[in-house]
Amino acid sequence: MALIEIRDLKIHYPIRSGFFNRVTDHVLAVDGINFDIEEGETYGLIGESGSGKSTTGKAIVGLEKATSGQILYKGEDVTKPRNRKKLQYNRDVQMIFQDSLSSLNPKKRIKDIIAEPIRNFEHLAPADETKRVQELLDIVGMPADAMYKYPHEFSGGQRQRIGIARAVSTNPKLIVADEPVSALDLSVQAQVLNFMKEIQKEFNISYLFISHDLGVVKHMCRNMAIMTRGRFVEVGTREDIYQHPQHIYTQRLLSAIPKITPASRMIDKSNRKRVEALYQEESSKYYGPDGKVLDLKQVSPTHSVAIQDPVVEGGQS
Amino acid sequence: MWKTILRRILIMIPQILLLSVIVFFLAKLMPGDPFSGQITPQMDPKQIDSLRRQLGLDDPLWTQYFRWIGNLFHGDLGMSYAYKRPVISLIAERASNTIWLSLFAVILTYLIGVPLGVLAGRFKGTRLDSGISLYAYSVMAIPSFVFYLIALLIFGYQLKWFPTTGSVALDASGGVGYIMSRLYHMVLPAILQAFLGTTGIILYLRSGIIDNSIEDYVRTARAKGVPEKVIFNKHILRNSLLPIAAFMGNTITGLISGSLFVESVFSYPGMGKLAVDAMTTRDYATMTSLTLLFGFLTLLGNLLSDIIMSIVDPRIRVE
Amino acid sequence: MDKPENQLLDIQHLHTAFRVGDDFYDAVEDVNLTLNRDEILAIVGESGSGKSTLATSVIGLHNLQNTKITGDILYNDLNLVGLNETLYNRIRGNDIGMIFQDPLAALNPLMRIGEQIGETLLYHTKLNKEERDHRVLELLGQVGIPNPVRVFKQYPHELSGGMRQRVVIAIAIACKPPILIADEPTTALDVTIQAQILDLLENIQQETHSGIILITHDLGVVAETADRVAVMYAGQIVEQGTVQAIFEHPLHPYTRSLLRSMPQADNDSDDLYVIEGTVPDLKHMQTDDCRFAARIPWIPASAHEAHPTMHEVEPGHFVRCTCYKTFHFNDEAEA
Repeated sequence: MALIEIRDLKIHYPIRSGFFNRVTDHVLAVDGINFDIEEGETYGLIGESGSGKSTTGKAIVGLEKATSGQILYKGEDVTKPRNRKKLQYNRDVQMIFQDSLSSLNPKKRIKDIIAEPIRNFEHLAPADETKRVQELLDIVGMPADAMYKYPHEFSGGQRQRIGIARAVSTNPKLIVADEPVSALDLSVQAQVLNFMKEIQKEFNISYLFISHDLGVVKHMCRNMAIMTRGRFVEVGTREDIYQHPQHIYTQRLLSAIPKITPASRMIDKSNRKRVEALYQEESSKYYGPDGKVLDLKQVSPTHSVAIQDPVVEGGQS
Repeated sequence: MWKTILRRILIMIPQILLLSVIVFFLAKLMPGDPFSGQITPQMDPKQIDSLRRQLGLDDPLWTQYFRWIGNLFHGDLGMSYAYKRPVISLIAERASNTIWLSLFAVILTYLIGVPLGVLAGRFKGTRLDSGISLYAYSVMAIPSFVFYLIALLIFGYQLKWFPTTGSVALDASGGVGYIMSRLYHMVLPAILQAFLGTTGIILYLRSGIIDNSIEDYVRTARAKGVPEKVIFNKHILRNSLLPIAAFMGNTITGLISGSLFVESVFSYPGMGKLAVDAMTTRDYATMTSLTLLFGFLTLLGNLLSDIIMSIVDPRIRVE
Repeated sequence: MDKPENQLLDIQHLHTAFRVGDDFYDAVEDVNLTLNRDEILAIVGESGSGKSTLATSVIGLHNLQNTKITGDILYNDLNLVGLNETLYNRIRGNDIGMIFQDPLAALNPLMRIGEQIGETLLYHTKLNKEERDHRVLELLGQVGIPNPVRVFKQYPHELSGGMRQRVVIAIAIACKPPILIADEPTTALDVTIQAQILDLLENIQQETHSGIILITHDLGVVAETADRVAVMYAGQIVEQGTVQAIFEHPLHPYTRSLLRSMPQADNDSDDLYVIEGTVPDLKHMQTDDCRFAARIPWIPASAHEAHPTMHEVEPGHFVRCTCYKTFHFNDEAEA
């Protein structure tokens, strides 16, 4: 059984209009998605802005209410508050945000920031708490005297590590990481990503890694989903997605990533133009009449695509 | 847009009804009744009882409330016990005094506040800025009635520059002379009210200008080669002034209900003084009517501000 | 020295220093660069490298009370350093256009799109209102906005991020300036939109034969669009060359380290390469010796120059300091 299973999750926001402010329509932020995250795994969720990827992440940690569908943790539906409490879900599932400056309270010392989740779930004596914070800072490679400083005294990479220290303080099973390195410089990004992998190995943590950066997701995740308009267009392993993308949306996304090989840039560019033209021409093949992403169809045991007649892989018969 | 305004006005109805319930029952909760102050040992208790019954003061509270509300809808605000006159005519008589004073004060507020705010923001960090900010914070820190009393003492009684009571001289007659006398009586209270009112505008405008000056779009304008003076007027100042303009709705109604202090200090016969007098003489009908009126004006002011805001700021769509 | 015919800008010994307390610290130190017609010159670096400061020094957007600029920025025999504001205003927008990173913030939220683009024309051309509006509509079409007439009357918040960036580009190119500076023009955008905007920039350049200075931290964007590249670290250019030279034969330890820290590898088991230490801040980077030495402590001090200078390794390919000759990664054997 997977650590967490998302079943037909939908998050719809009402649009109110007219004289009586009645609900006249819904924004389908997340519209029926399914995926599992295994223990100790990093699952990638890729999408552009407005795709619904962040809303999905927030729904999993409970910052956003699901309209329908289930989030099964250890086999029980945690969209029901009773189960959350029983399973200590809020303690087992934590979140890391993109903007480390605005997600850390500027008026609190690092010690209080990191200790906050511990205070919510455990009752430690002050001395034990200090010791625990010290350990956590040590885990994220920061000196102990950082405890008494404030968020603005640190660089972006350091703040992101403080955010991670806070997230791991309750020994969580799953961390939802929403664009954790998008705001960081390349060299700092490498540090934070390595570090996330390190603590994953050490504490057997699962990640839901939400990002728009296909390079980073490729590095971090073995399984992933591509999301747009609130639905998944393609789900598969790293190889499925990067080597054999079938959905035009995935192909377009992949062709748009700039490569660091100037020698082949003319080829890359014409390839991108070709995919773009195809996307414009054939999008009716890939989307329903109302622009809705089609239902996923399995093309191999690991790979599913949202198209009418997918090419079934491996079945050479 | 019109739909939204209409809807907002409709929403105001339950708000006012709720306010009326609160006002009515609070008034009833106060100890005593209109007669308490007039009862003397010589009066026959039976006579008082019959008077009470006659006025319906012995009916159940909710009956009294609905009678009161029903009368309100007919424009009958009841009789003032203190003045022995219909409240509506009392208010009507005083309203023009307060409206003129408030209008005068609003004009002065913006006339003083806007230039000071602009100067402080434009020359941020200079002595001029420190001086203006010091003024704004000091005025803000002084309780308004203390401010009025001190000013009245100095300019009214010591220097005798301005009259100390009333809205017009008793001997004023004829067109121009009458108007001049009324204006003369308004000058000091209006200036004082304006001084109090400017603080918000100055500080708001100052920080607006400072914040807008470092916005990216100002840098874009510089990169276009727009002269600095034009950047200030067309981009920074304009964008900082719009929220101030929207403030106006609240400012006007705020001044009308804020007239309580200034009018009682200056014995200026307006609605504010009427309200204070009504409170001290337990003149229920007048008091409840004025409270309701001030409450209504506040709601109206908010609506007015929202409408102005939606006109001047394209990002706020009234729909 | 004769000026090559297609040279647009010649930056010599440029220093841009910021005031911190009572002292000035160089955020850009001794930069020498040229920009030619028909080329995209990328300036790459991480935050704090001085790349944006360099760009804003060229277009003169610094508050000179807190910034000291010395050296020469020669444009058509005119030195932009120390130029008075009136003259500089004739250059800005007309000869040098600038594209900013965050298109929402870069546009005045309370002004219609048409007016914001027209403003550039107002101060640099003699066109009347009607002619200006006509030209604005033409520009909106040129930057690929589908419905110019409608967008003309719209406000920035009514457009998508990609459309806003097109408007910002329209503002920058309104007077057909020979020099365009693009400061992280696609950082705030999705990759598919990024590709469109980069294509647009290339098209504009081909039409107008302008020279573009592209400031970015994104090595992929550089590799796809630039002709020449200057890599900046701690206020200095550490390596400069053609895009092929920089990506195919990078020499400076910093360039090599950056390229190696990119998550491009196909295997997930390997950790990413991490550059030791942190980027020095403004106060602590003011040294005469090799500023990258602290990040590669396994390289002996003798490998560095006492006062590193730029060396021309092959024609047009410059590297700062001598440490590149013996540099090896700490997990590699010595060269």
